[in-house]
Amino acid sequence: MIARAATWWTVLRISLEERLVYRGDFALGTLMRFLPIVTQIFLWAAVFSAIQTSGAENQRIVGYSYRNMIAYYLLTMLSRAFSSMPGLASGIARDIRDGTVKKYLIQPIDMLGFLLLYRVAHKLVYYVVALAPFALVFYLCRGFFDGWPDAFTISAFLASLVLAFLLGFFMEATIGMLGFWFLEINSLLFVYMLFNFFFSGHMFPIDMLPGVGGSLVRLIPLQYLAYFPAAVFLGKLSGAELVRALWLELAWVAFFMAASRVVFSRGTRRYSGYGG
Amino acid sequence: MTQHPRYLRVFLTFARNSLVRDMTFRANFIIETISSLSWVLMNLGFYTLIFHYTPEIGSNTGWEKYQFFVFLATGLLINSLVQALFMTNADDLSELVRTGTLDFALLKPIDTQFLVSLVRIDWSSLGNFVLGLLLLAYSLAKLHYLPGLLEWVLYPCYVLCGVAIYYSLMIALASTSVWLGRNLTLFDFWFYITNFSRYPMEIYEGRFGTPLRRFFTFLIPVLVVVNVPARLLVAPLRPHAPEDWLLPGFAIFATVASLAASRWVFQRALLSYRSASS
Repeated sequence: MIARAATWWTVLRISLEERLVYRGDFALGTLMRFLPIVTQIFLWAAVFSAIQTSGAENQRIVGYSYRNMIAYYLLTMLSRAFSSMPGLASGIARDIRDGTVKKYLIQPIDMLGFLLLYRVAHKLVYYVVALAPFALVFYLCRGFFDGWPDAFTISAFLASLVLAFLLGFFMEATIGMLGFWFLEINSLLFVYMLFNFFFSGHMFPIDMLPGVGGSLVRLIPLQYLAYFPAAVFLGKLSGAELVRALWLELAWVAFFMAASRVVFSRGTRRYSGYGG
Repeated sequence: MTQHPRYLRVFLTFARNSLVRDMTFRANFIIETISSLSWVLMNLGFYTLIFHYTPEIGSNTGWEKYQFFVFLATGLLINSLVQALFMTNADDLSELVRTGTLDFALLKPIDTQFLVSLVRIDWSSLGNFVLGLLLLAYSLAKLHYLPGLLEWVLYPCYVLCGVAIYYSLMIALASTSVWLGRNLTLFDFWFYITNFSRYPMEIYEGRFGTPLRRFFTFLIPVLVVVNVPARLLVAPLRPHAPEDWLLPGFAIFATVASLAASRWVFQRALLSYRSASS
């Protein structure tokens, strides 16, 4: 047990050190990622000013005031910092294709566990380095927020972020391991990224989607990757509704955790490694 | 007797070679075309959604739904041309510098900037160009507007000016890889900077907006790229009075200045280039 914990600790430490090599690049990259927010702020200011002039009674868009809307975009940046998994699925598929995946099969180490720890290390370093740019941007944009929500909402928000990380990880890992069957999953991944971008709430709050499409999008788990944590912070859900949504998110995490295990065991059974 | 290379013929050869290459991997070509089309369609969906809630972008700016779609179509035309002609090449430049392959480009009896900027043409991006034309035609039909002779002539010219400004910025940023070395390039900045030109310039207003608008109009002129041609076709924003022509006039100047500046940066970069391999 202790030996095992030591192994995992070593994996985490090595990954941490590896990530810290590129810290300068990281910090600059993080700050640059906020630039598109600037255009979003102006775009929504223009949209809301037009709504105001048109004399519409309700100067909100599906319950979002201008300030809410900007706060929403800032918060989705935070959710994405937890849920996005750059290179995870494509990396797994590449390992399967070029045979690197063999190392997980012959070494006494669990692939999903290793990748999860690697990702945790990646994220931890990211938060340490990105803390300053995030703090700066949120401080500059504090006027868009109505102050801190209560402790219950904050804990729910933090829980939703951790769950978003786990959901993002297991969902992408599952997709990546479909490479055991298809070898090349780029097109599939593209579809996933496209849907992820638009229907996770990264592009706009998904409550804006009307009709059947809107209801459908609210059924699929993508919303937990960007929309949900932001909506929790902004108090769009509360009380029993919020707790129920968190349970549902946990269920999705459990589902994809199980799915990734099933896909892994089925996949390795049909995997054939050739050459050295 | 010195023979000057015939640039048009060389360019057409590049275009043909790239097409042959693209057609060799036909399935990949189709997938790439569909991918870039679906991004654009999803974006269109987003803007349609916005106009579900608002009559226009910015109060009394004149950018109503179909006017704005003319703007989007113009942006699409310009972006697809830049992507098709220059994006792959600018992206490759840092790799040429890192590996030292730029030596081969320098040795060829042709202008190096021409060679490295146009050698590989990405035909799959032209799917978006067609979509841009369709969107433009559809929006103009919805606006019941048929452009006059002057607009027919000026619009394509200004679209090309836009392409030239984007290109200048791109090649200047990509050239920085000579100084910055391995993979570190300011090329990524291109996407973040041109992001500001995705919307009508009227949205940049107020304490922060006005300086931002001036900065991206006069110092880094990305705001004139789409705005100037798009306004030509949009009724309330079309130049009427003589002073309305100031911006289109400035756009010509901005194009020439950007091209000259990027040429200067590129040449300076070449002077600092030290081959990696030899």
